[in-house]
Amino acid sequence: MQTKRSTFSNKWLPYALLAPQVIITLIFFVWPASQALIQSVYRQGDAFGIRPPTFVGFRNFMLLFEDALYLNSLKVTLIFSVGTTLLSMSVALLFAVMVNRMIRSRDSYTTFLVWPYAIAPAIAGVLWWFIFNPNIGILPYVLQGVGYNWNHRSSSNDAMILIIIAAAWKQISYNFLFFLAGLQSIPHSLIEAAAIDGASRMKRFWTIVFPLLSPITFFLMVVNIVYAMFDTFGVIHATTEGGPAQATNILVYKVFRDGFVNLNIGSSAAQSVILMGIVIVLTVVQFRYIERRVNY
Amino acid sequence: MVENNRWGNFFAHLVLIIGVALVVFPVYVAVIASTHPSGTFLRGVMPLLPGPNALENYRTVIFEGRSRAGTPPIGGMLWNSFIMAMAITIGKLSISIISAFAIVYFRFPFRIFFFWVIFLTLMLPVEVRIVPTFQVVANLGMLNSFAGLSIPLIASATATFLFRQFFMTVPEELMEAARVDGAGPMKFFKDILLPLSITNIAALFVIMFIYGWNQYLWPLLITTDPEYYTIVMGIQRMVTGGDSEPLWHLVMATVTLAALPPILVILFMQRLFVKGLTETEK
Repeated sequence: MQTKRSTFSNKWLPYALLAPQVIITLIFFVWPASQALIQSVYRQGDAFGIRPPTFVGFRNFMLLFEDALYLNSLKVTLIFSVGTTLLSMSVALLFAVMVNRMIRSRDSYTTFLVWPYAIAPAIAGVLWWFIFNPNIGILPYVLQGVGYNWNHRSSSNDAMILIIIAAAWKQISYNFLFFLAGLQSIPHSLIEAAAIDGASRMKRFWTIVFPLLSPITFFLMVVNIVYAMFDTFGVIHATTEGGPAQATNILVYKVFRDGFVNLNIGSSAAQSVILMGIVIVLTVVQFRYIERRVNY
Repeated sequence: MVENNRWGNFFAHLVLIIGVALVVFPVYVAVIASTHPSGTFLRGVMPLLPGPNALENYRTVIFEGRSRAGTPPIGGMLWNSFIMAMAITIGKLSISIISAFAIVYFRFPFRIFFFWVIFLTLMLPVEVRIVPTFQVVANLGMLNSFAGLSIPLIASATATFLFRQFFMTVPEELMEAARVDGAGPMKFFKDILLPLSITNIAALFVIMFIYGWNQYLWPLLITTDPEYYTIVMGIQRMVTGGDSEPLWHLVMATVTLAALPPILVILFMQRLFVKGLTETEK
């Protein structure tokens, strides 16, 4: 890793400058993470200190993968993240392509489309929960008109659709900004050349623009999956609370429930370790992508 | 544009206007609901036009709260959120700018090691290690305090990286000139590097403020004393407290007030926001 050609020489100053960041990282990141690793291979002692914690190896992990509830949570997380990513990215791409055609009105549309980024996931959840409220919500009223009886309190599908819409809505701004930046960096000459060769607008989009956007699309896919898996805790906690019948109990929410409500520390720690593994894999994938983009 | 297509442009505007309407709709509904008396929400469908009770609803949530349901007045919660967001933002910016300075402008043993320790924080979001982090904070006696709300969230690999990238682009000559004139490292940092970094600091400030304001899980875990509730987590208490339907007019007034500060920050500093967002992710 490079530094400047010439550097200051001072024995203790660099350590003093790094100290606050490193101390906080060690206390609040590295130490708890290692605790999670340790707890994940122990069976917790009882509250009275009669039975001490016992080492159980990978038993906590094995129990998890035999647990129907955990497997269900994996499935729910998969559906939820794929749904959120697809919905949010496709809507954002559509908006970005349309806004990119505009000249004078580009900035005003952008302003209207970026601010949902400011809304906390929990608030996004509450907003859509209100709109979809089975008693007074406007959308169930409309759906009633076409003969669909919406109720996210009893129907698993409805609950899943609700949290996907809420989570995707908040993320549109982010994807939109990146797609718009990507579209603006595509050389105009390529598109003109294709137009001269007689390629229609649709054909130009699918054979030139879309492939050139693929690095950004890939990057956004990773970011969106990370978002859906880890940042959407608020959406679930403020609305469905994992229900009905475990239908929206995503992994992050389950770690919280098992750790703080059911007080099953060993299992919660094992789940934390699995989640850390997922984050590390996704981060590595993301960094591989950045390295590749340099060539592009 | 390659060709000018009148119908195409009309169609694009149409898609965008419908799109903007859909994106704005949830917030519009919230603002409208916050202006109605409670009776409106007992039956029928939610209103789509403003009602007469705006002033009264906002006065109720800000100053009185609902003592029966255990939600304090949200004036205090807004203030707590502001303190937490500012503490997280200023804390993150200061510790990451000085550590980036150390990493770029000094050569010392274990430099790479420290760089990786900082990098680790990228991989360990609060959500995946909540139970042990909570235990650490509880053991340090930081529950129900502003220190507990902000300090554990202050370490930030992204800000450190951004400042590092930026410092690498600062011309070498500046530092050499400063050294020839006899300026020490801290003087160089304060008089040359900081003024050059102002735009980057401002852009990150916008992103970090929104991040801090929107914290949810962390305040939920470590505050049990209503004195320290923040607004975003306070809403959850209003919505899910009890089996009865929430008092939608008050909930939506709270939602509006909770969402307003970060939205204003984005609207007034859009350019800095876009810069901060697109550059922190590179």
